[in-house]
Amino acid sequence: MTLSTLVAEEQEVLEHYLRAFGALERNGAARDGSWVAALRRSAMARFSRLGFPTARRGNEEWKYTDIRPIARRPFQLPLPPGSPAVGAAELAAFALGPTGGSRLVFVDGRYQEQLSSRPSLPGVSVLSLAEALTSGADTVQEHLGRYADCDTHAFTALNTAFLHDGAFVHIPQGTTLDKPVHLLFLSTAHAQDTATHPRVLIVAGEGARATVVETYGGPSGADYFTNAVAEVVVGPGADLTYYKEQRQGERAFHVTTTQVVVGREATFSSFNLDLGGALARNNLNVAMDDERGACALRGLYLMGGAQHVDNQVIIEHARPYTTSRELYKGVLNGRSRAVFHGSIIVHKGARKVDAEQVDKNLLLSDEAEADTKPAFWIYCDDVKCRHGAACGQMDENALFYLRSRGLTEPAARRLLTRAFVSELVEGIASETLRDRVDGLVEARLSSWLGDDEAVG
Amino acid sequence: MLEIRNLHASVGEVEILKGIDLQVKPGEVHAIMGPNGSGKSTLAYVLAGKPGYVVTAGEVTFLGKDLLPMKPEDRARAGLFLSFQHPLEIPGVRLDQFLRAGINGIRKSRGLEELDVLKFDRHLVKKVQLLEMDQGLVRRSVNEGFSGGERKRNEVLQMAVLEPTLAILDEPDSGLDIDAVQEAAKGINQQRGPENATILITHYQRILNYVVPDVVHVLINGRIVRSGGKELALEVEAQGYEELQEAEATLRSSG
Amino acid sequence: MTGTNQYVKDVATRGYQYGFVTDVETDVAPRGLHEETVRFISAKKKETDWMLEWRLKAYRYFVSLLKKDQLPRWANVKYPPIDFQDIIYYAAPRPRKQLSSLQEVDPEILRTYEKLGIPLEEQKRLAGVAVDAVFDSVSVATTYKEELAKRGIIFCSMSEAIQQHPDLVQRYLGSVVPYTDNFYAALNSAVFSDGSFCYVPQGVRCPYELTTYFRINTEGSGQFERTLIVAEAGSYVSYLEGCSAPMFDTNQLHAAVVELVAMENAEIKYSTIQNWYPGDEQGKGGIYNFVTKRGKCLGKNSKISWTQVETGAAITWKYPSVILQGDNSVGEFYSVALTKGYQQADTGSKMTHMGRNTRSRIIAKTISAGHGSGTYRGLVRVMPTASNARNFTQCDSLLLGDQCGAHTTPYVEVRNNTAHLEHEAFTSRVSEEQLFYCNQRGLSPEAAQALIINGFCKEVFKQLPFEFAVEATRLLEANLEGVVG
Repeated sequence: MTLSTLVAEEQEVLEHYLRAFGALERNGAARDGSWVAALRRSAMARFSRLGFPTARRGNEEWKYTDIRPIARRPFQLPLPPGSPAVGAAELAAFALGPTGGSRLVFVDGRYQEQLSSRPSLPGVSVLSLAEALTSGADTVQEHLGRYADCDTHAFTALNTAFLHDGAFVHIPQGTTLDKPVHLLFLSTAHAQDTATHPRVLIVAGEGARATVVETYGGPSGADYFTNAVAEVVVGPGADLTYYKEQRQGERAFHVTTTQVVVGREATFSSFNLDLGGALARNNLNVAMDDERGACALRGLYLMGGAQHVDNQVIIEHARPYTTSRELYKGVLNGRSRAVFHGSIIVHKGARKVDAEQVDKNLLLSDEAEADTKPAFWIYCDDVKCRHGAACGQMDENALFYLRSRGLTEPAARRLLTRAFVSELVEGIASETLRDRVDGLVEARLSSWLGDDEAVG
Repeated sequence: MLEIRNLHASVGEVEILKGIDLQVKPGEVHAIMGPNGSGKSTLAYVLAGKPGYVVTAGEVTFLGKDLLPMKPEDRARAGLFLSFQHPLEIPGVRLDQFLRAGINGIRKSRGLEELDVLKFDRHLVKKVQLLEMDQGLVRRSVNEGFSGGERKRNEVLQMAVLEPTLAILDEPDSGLDIDAVQEAAKGINQQRGPENATILITHYQRILNYVVPDVVHVLINGRIVRSGGKELALEVEAQGYEELQEAEATLRSSG
Repeated sequence: MTGTNQYVKDVATRGYQYGFVTDVETDVAPRGLHEETVRFISAKKKETDWMLEWRLKAYRYFVSLLKKDQLPRWANVKYPPIDFQDIIYYAAPRPRKQLSSLQEVDPEILRTYEKLGIPLEEQKRLAGVAVDAVFDSVSVATTYKEELAKRGIIFCSMSEAIQQHPDLVQRYLGSVVPYTDNFYAALNSAVFSDGSFCYVPQGVRCPYELTTYFRINTEGSGQFERTLIVAEAGSYVSYLEGCSAPMFDTNQLHAAVVELVAMENAEIKYSTIQNWYPGDEQGKGGIYNFVTKRGKCLGKNSKISWTQVETGAAITWKYPSVILQGDNSVGEFYSVALTKGYQQADTGSKMTHMGRNTRSRIIAKTISAGHGSGTYRGLVRVMPTASNARNFTQCDSLLLGDQCGAHTTPYVEVRNNTAHLEHEAFTSRVSEEQLFYCNQRGLSPEAAQALIINGFCKEVFKQLPFEFAVEATRLLEANLEGVVG
C-alpha cells in the first residue's frame, strides 16, 4: 500500500464518522437539550478538522503508540442491544459482588436498567447520563464538557460528538458514601466492528467522600473500540477514590481520557488496572487547581501476547502547596509493549509544590518492550519534584537466594513478580477492591508463571 | 554570657516557648531536659536564628549584645554554635571545604586573617586526631551517606573546629548506643573551658553521667518548671516526666 | 532572605567578559548560501574532488530539507526563523604569508587568545596541553605538533588533515554523523570550514590533553567546525574544547559536528567548556549553539566519555551521544548547563545500546537563573541485541529565582529484558534548611549558595582534567557572581 492510499483510508474513516453523526442527528436519537446538541456539533466539527493523531513525525503525544489500526477502521455505532443484553455469567465475571452499593451497567454504551441496582441514597445522584440529560439536571450542564479538551484531543472530540449515554454521579456537599459506586461498561460481539463512546461525569461536592469503580469488560475474540471520556470534579475538601479496571478482550481497542479537577484541600486517589485490550491508551489529566490539593495516582499493567498499553499521565500543579504522588508499575510478558509518559507541570507561582513520579517495569520475556518518559516542566523555583524510573528483568541474586532456600525456579519467579506488584496491591485501601485486584493479578501471573503447586 | 528573659516564640500560629528565663555564665554547662514536644529544639533554633521561628516577646543578650536581630551567620560569627539534632546532608560539598568556608567567615568577621588550605588542614587534622576520628571523613560530602552516629560525631567535630564560645547541643545523644554516647561526651568535654559554655539539650539523663552539668533545667510545655543541680537529672529520670507535667498543669490552672 | 535575592539577582545579570572584537583582516565569503559558496570554501581549502562532491551532496540534502521546511522544532527553545542567506559561511583571518611557525601568527590573534587565557606560546603553555586554535573558520595554530608526531599521533586542523591524511578522513568523516543525520549536520557538512582532527595509533596513550579553542570573531559570520577523533585499538586520548565570541547584537550561528570513533579497548575523553556570548540582559544577540556530537564505540571494551560545562550561548541545542556497538563498551555523559539572562538550553545525551554488556551513565545538572530556560533531554535506547545492558541516569535541576524554568524530558526505550536501567531526578531550589545549616557554621547566604551549587555540580567537574576543572569552577563562579571568599 502506498502512503496516499493509506491516507485516503484515514480520510474515508473520517467521512464515515461524519455520515454516522449526520444520521444520528437526523434520526433525532438524542432528545436532550439544545446545549448538548450544540456541544456535539462543535465537537464533531473539531474532530473532522483534527482527524486521528496518526502522524509518525513530530507527534510527541503518540510517539510510542501507533493508532492507525483505529484510524483506518470504520467502526460502527452498535444497535441497541437485545434483551437480555448480557448473560448472568458475563455479568458475574465483572460485577463487584454484594457490596450493597449502586451499580450502573452499560452494554455497548447504553444503560441497562434491569441489570443495574440503585439503592436510594438521599441527595446523591447515581444515574445514566441519558437520563440526567433529559431530566435536565443543572449540575450536568454546569460541568459536562467543561474540562475534557475537545480542541486539541481528537478522541475527546469524537467521544463528545457521539455523546449520548454514560454515567452521572453527584455526591453533594458533606455527604459520605460508604459503599462504592460501580460503573460497569460491557461491550458485546457483533457482526461488524463497533465503537462505543461512554461518557462519565463525577461531581463530588465540598467535603464529600466517595469511591467510584469503573470497569470495562467485553468478550475476547471480537474487535471493538471503546472511546471513553470521564470528567471528575473533586470539590473543596472532598476525598474521591477513583478506581478503573480495563479487562476487555485481547482484540479490543481501548482509549480513555479522564480529566480531573482537584479543588482546595481536596484529595483525589486513583488506581488504574490494565489487563486487557490489544491496544489500550489511558490519558489521565489531573489539574491541581487550588491550594493544598493532593493526588495519588497509581497504575498497574500486566501485559502479555502482543498487547500494547500506553499510560499518559499529566499532572498540572497550577496552585501553591499542591502535592502529587504517582506510582505506575508494569509486568510485561510475551511480545507486549508498555508505554509510560508522565508529565508534571508546575506553573509559575505554584510555590511549595511537592511532586513525585515513579514508573517501573519488569520484563519477563526477551521480546517485551518498555518505553518510559517521565518528564518535568517546572516554572517555579520553590518546589520539590522527584522522579524515578527503572526497567529490567528479575534480580538474579534474589532469584538465587530464594532457590537456595528450597523454592523451585518458577515459584521463586512468581514470588518475586508478586513482590514487585505487591506495593500497589497492598496500597489499595478498600479491602473489597484489594482482594479483587489481588485475585485478578494472581490469575494473570499464574497463567504466565504457573500456579502455587510449583512451590517446592 | 547568655541572658534570656521572658522569651516567647511561635512557629506558624502556635506558641511553643511561653516565657523562658535562663542565664549562662562562662565555664558553665547547663542541661535542659524535657519530654518530646516541650520546646527544647525550638529554644535551640530560636537562639541560632532559624527562619520561621518567630520571637513574640522577651529578649536575649549574648556577650552583652542583643542576639535577636542578628542573622544566623552573624550569631555563628559571634561564637554561637548549634549542634543539630538532625544534621543535614549537603551533597557534593566536602566537609573540609565546608568548614574552611565557615571558619574563614568567622575569622573575617573578627578581623582575623583567613586560613589558607594548609593552615586550615593542620587545624582540622589536629581536631580529628583529638576526637580519634577517621581522617577520611573530612574528604566526604557533608553528612552524605553518614550513619546517625557519624552525623552526631561530625557535629562534635565541627564544634571542635569552630571553637565556639557558646555551644548549644541539641540531643547529641539521641539514637546513639552507650559506647557512642561516651565517645560523644568525651568530645564535648574536651571543648569545655573556663571561657566558654555549653547548653546541652537532652531527653535522657544518661549523657549527663559523662558530661556533668552545673545546672539542670526541666522544660515542660514551653516553660522551665524546675532548675537545680546535677542531682535533679537523676530525680527526673527516676520519676519520669509525667509527674512534672502534671505539676506544671496544676501550676498553670491555679496560676 | 534578602541576601539570597541579591545573590539570585547578581547571577541573573552578570555580564560577559570575553566580548571584545579583534581587529584583523579577514578573508570572507560573500553572504549567503549557494552551491558557489560551497565551491568557494572547498577551493579556498584546496580540497580534492571527493571532498567537494561530499560537500555538494550535503548541500543538496540541506536545501531539500529547507524546502520541505524540515527544521528541527522539537526542542524546548524559541527563536525567530534563521535567514540562512544572511550568514557569512566563511571568514578567515588573512595570513600575511604562509604560516610556518607560531611566531608568524598575527600578533593580534595571539593577544586575543592571551586575553582569553589560552596560551599558544610554548613557554606559557600549561604543561601537558597541546592546543589547536580555531579563529572564526580556520585553525590558526597547533602547538606541540612534533612531540605528538613522535608518537604517531596526528593532531592538526581538519583542513590540513584533508590535505595530508585524505584516506583517514575519507574513511571516517561522516561515518558517525552522516550528512543526512539532521538539518544542522547537513549544513555543517556542506560548509564546514575547519576544525580539529586527531588520530591516535594503536596502543598509544596520548600524553597531553589535546585542546582546541574556538572563537567567533567576525560579525554576521557563522562557525561550522568539524572535529573528528579516531582512537585505534588500545589507545587513549583526552580532548578539550573551549569556546568564546565577541558581543554582537545579531545572533550568530554555530553549527558544529564532532565525530568520535573508538576501536577495541580504546578510550576517548571529550570535554567541552562552552562560554559563547550569551546575548545581553534583554536577550539580544548571542550565539545559537546548534551542535551534533556523537561517538561510536566500535570496538569491544571501548569507552567514550563526554563532559560538558555549558555556561554560554543564547541557545544551546546539543546532545553528545554514544553508539555502544562493541560488546562491553562504555558511554558516559556528564553535563552542567547554566542558563541565565534570557538563555535557553535544550541539551542532554543519547545512549544507544547495541552490543552485549554495554554500559552507560548520564549525569546531567541543570541550573536556571534569571529568565533562563534549561531543559534536559535524553534518550537511552536498548536494542534487542544488547543483552545485559546497563544504564544509570541522573538529571537534576536547580532553580535560582522565580522567573526561570527547568525541564526534564528523559526517554527510555527498552527492547531487551536483560537490561537494567535506573533513572532518577530531582528539581528544587537550594533548600532553606541547608542554607540555615551553612549560616549556622558562619557562611554568608551568598557563600552558602555558591558552595551548595558547586557541590551540586561536583560530580561533573571531577570528570574534567584537573586544570580545566579549576577553570570550570571559576567560570561557573564568575557566571554566578557573589561568590565564595
